[in-house]
Amino acid sequence: MKQLQVVHYLNQFFAQIGGEDKADIPPETKTGPVGPGMAFQAAFGQDANIVATIACGDSYFNENADTALTDILEKIASFKPDLVVCGPAFNAGRYGVACGAVASAVRDKLNIPAITGMYIENPGVDLYKSTVHIVSTKDSAAGMRDAVSQMVPLALKLARGEEIGSASEEGYIPMGIRKNFFDAKRGSRRAVDMLLRKMAGEPFETEFPMPDFDRVTPNAAIKDISKAKIALVTSGGIVPKGNPDHIESSSASKFGKYDIEGVSDLDAQTYETAHGGYDPVYANEDADRVLPVDILREFERQGKIGSLSRYFYSTVGNGTAVASAKKYAQAIGEELLADGVDAVILTST
Amino acid sequence: MKLELGYIPIRDIQFSSTSKVDGELLYVNKQELIDLLLQDEAIATVEVDIARPGESVRITPVKDVIEPRVKVSGTGGLFPGWCAKVDTVGSGRTNVLKGAAVVTAGKIVGFQEGIIDMTGEGARYTPFSKLSNLVVIIEPKKDLAQHAYEKALRLAGLKAAEYLGKLAIDIEAKEVHTYETLPLIEGVKAYPDLPRVGYVLMLQSQGLLHDTYVYGVDAKQILPTLIGPTELMDGAIISGNCVSACDKNTTYHHLNNPVIEDLFSEHGKTLNFVGVIITNENVFLADKMRSSDRTAQLCEYLSLDGVIISQEGFGNPDTDLIMNCKKIEAKGIKTVIITDEYAGQDGASQSLADADAAANAVVTGGNANEVIHLPAMDRIIGSIDAVDHIAGGWSGSLNPDGTITAELQVITGATNELGFNHLSAR
Repeated sequence: MKQLQVVHYLNQFFAQIGGEDKADIPPETKTGPVGPGMAFQAAFGQDANIVATIACGDSYFNENADTALTDILEKIASFKPDLVVCGPAFNAGRYGVACGAVASAVRDKLNIPAITGMYIENPGVDLYKSTVHIVSTKDSAAGMRDAVSQMVPLALKLARGEEIGSASEEGYIPMGIRKNFFDAKRGSRRAVDMLLRKMAGEPFETEFPMPDFDRVTPNAAIKDISKAKIALVTSGGIVPKGNPDHIESSSASKFGKYDIEGVSDLDAQTYETAHGGYDPVYANEDADRVLPVDILREFERQGKIGSLSRYFYSTVGNGTAVASAKKYAQAIGEELLADGVDAVILTST
Repeated sequence: MKLELGYIPIRDIQFSSTSKVDGELLYVNKQELIDLLLQDEAIATVEVDIARPGESVRITPVKDVIEPRVKVSGTGGLFPGWCAKVDTVGSGRTNVLKGAAVVTAGKIVGFQEGIIDMTGEGARYTPFSKLSNLVVIIEPKKDLAQHAYEKALRLAGLKAAEYLGKLAIDIEAKEVHTYETLPLIEGVKAYPDLPRVGYVLMLQSQGLLHDTYVYGVDAKQILPTLIGPTELMDGAIISGNCVSACDKNTTYHHLNNPVIEDLFSEHGKTLNFVGVIITNENVFLADKMRSSDRTAQLCEYLSLDGVIISQEGFGNPDTDLIMNCKKIEAKGIKTVIITDEYAGQDGASQSLADADAAANAVVTGGNANEVIHLPAMDRIIGSIDAVDHIAGGWSGSLNPDGTITAELQVITGATNELGFNHLSAR
């Protein structure tokens, strides 16, 4: 197997340049392994060779983030490495942020595998855990030996493009990316085993830790609804007949924007639902049941509302990831604001 | 309540002039079965086909999968309220054609059905690729309303399974499995030191293609209630739904509920399996509140120490799942929930539509949004037209060469939330 070429990133302290008094040094390149790099080189053995070490002061990096990062990336790229190792930073906050930023940029901008290591409470963890593999380390350099023995096998796998196991198997901090796999036991058996442990007060590991939910505080009420411009937005999939934008029946990849100027009633000839997650019969018979254009036109005529906005927005909520929904909502929200809409009626299914 | 299940292994299905079980072969007189199903006036045409494990065959759009069984002794008959009159089932002896299934197909609403591949990548995800399947394709009479078509297709599947099951009434079983649930007080006396465990089985009940039936009753109309675990093995609960195909419980799943099997396997050893509470997943908030209240109250009333809660479907039913979990945990009863995930194609999104800190023990059937690539098959049973429109497909999912790129959602039973499969996510 080909020997992998590695560049190592360190701060001024671990690169043996100096302590806090040297924290403002700009990035510099040293040949071969330095400081902890010696332990990494020993663990890599013949598999990989640390060709260079890039060192940068923690203060310098954090105070000159953009220029420092550009400079470091150029220095790293000049070696055309197969792998970049950053730190580990343990619980050093500024160092952790620098390691996360460098590893993340190496991965995204240079397309080179990168790895770092940090203590779980390092602020760099929250910033970069979803973009790079961060091996979980102890909170001080006393944990260097363990950190090296965890980081090296994972680093080699990343560099060789091999399949990466779960966070608990490989020792990295969970990235929040869900990946399917076949377990040795079927789900019902896993549930029975988990319940037996939970009832006995023994430790058990949930397969899906509950997420933190966004809670949206409602806006203040409209003072005079008879002057308000109202828009309709739905996740119920109402679209012009034929679904011109091909919005998917589940896991929608887009939303649609449709002109209803002059439309006072949605009927079976002109509108339908694209949604695959509910009984479509009644929505197809009369789409006003999901998107109440008819009643809003009536209110508009009677002066109960100011006006109905010219466009409605529609997507399919069925099986659509929360992250996608959030993206569509932001885009729709900007358009509604630009159109001077005062209030929105959101309908689901 | 004590039930013996007699397994008669079936290795293959073949068409023949006489319907019969001979050794491990199931012979089917195709015309006789077609004539039986055509007795329903709603049905215009019936086609019957066979799909075997390993064959290059794709079945789509799939509606339901049903295991052929027959009541040998004990009260009632298979599928009470449909094929048999309403009578309590779940005791005596029932024979099972193990390894065979009836699969119903037919284009109903256009985008609500699933895929079963008998080989390749897709076959890994569906348990039904391992069975010898008798596929029944039903086309309705012209202008038949969609709800009536769904009902006709549902009944045709049950009748076909009953027809095959009856062939095994006098056959000696290879294996016999016995399941027994004691009356409440006797159970307490028999296992005074074991934790008391119940199973909350959530039934999909959201409307057309989202319905489940209990002894013939639409589950939308029920209040949560107790049911004997062996009653399910005789078809007391049947499926009327299929979308999204990956996480809806087919009738086959209800007959072979894995939570019930695995709780029985620990019954009397590490736990006392007290019984099953069925509840629904209606769309109205008042129904959700009422059903979760009643469910938690039944758990408390049974003095349960622990409960497994299984979900059916996703999104809207996530709220029912979390309400059940929260309210049961609030009674001091430990819960484990079984669900699946919609974490986006990249796996980076939040997986559920509702969450609560009380749900600290979760088993997942996998991320249904994950993209899979299915090879082309030599033969299609049913119709391939719906692939771009079914839940999990998109415009262009079906490639001109017959390969399919779609979300795992499209595969029947792939992320089952009874824990039927080995699939998980991390």
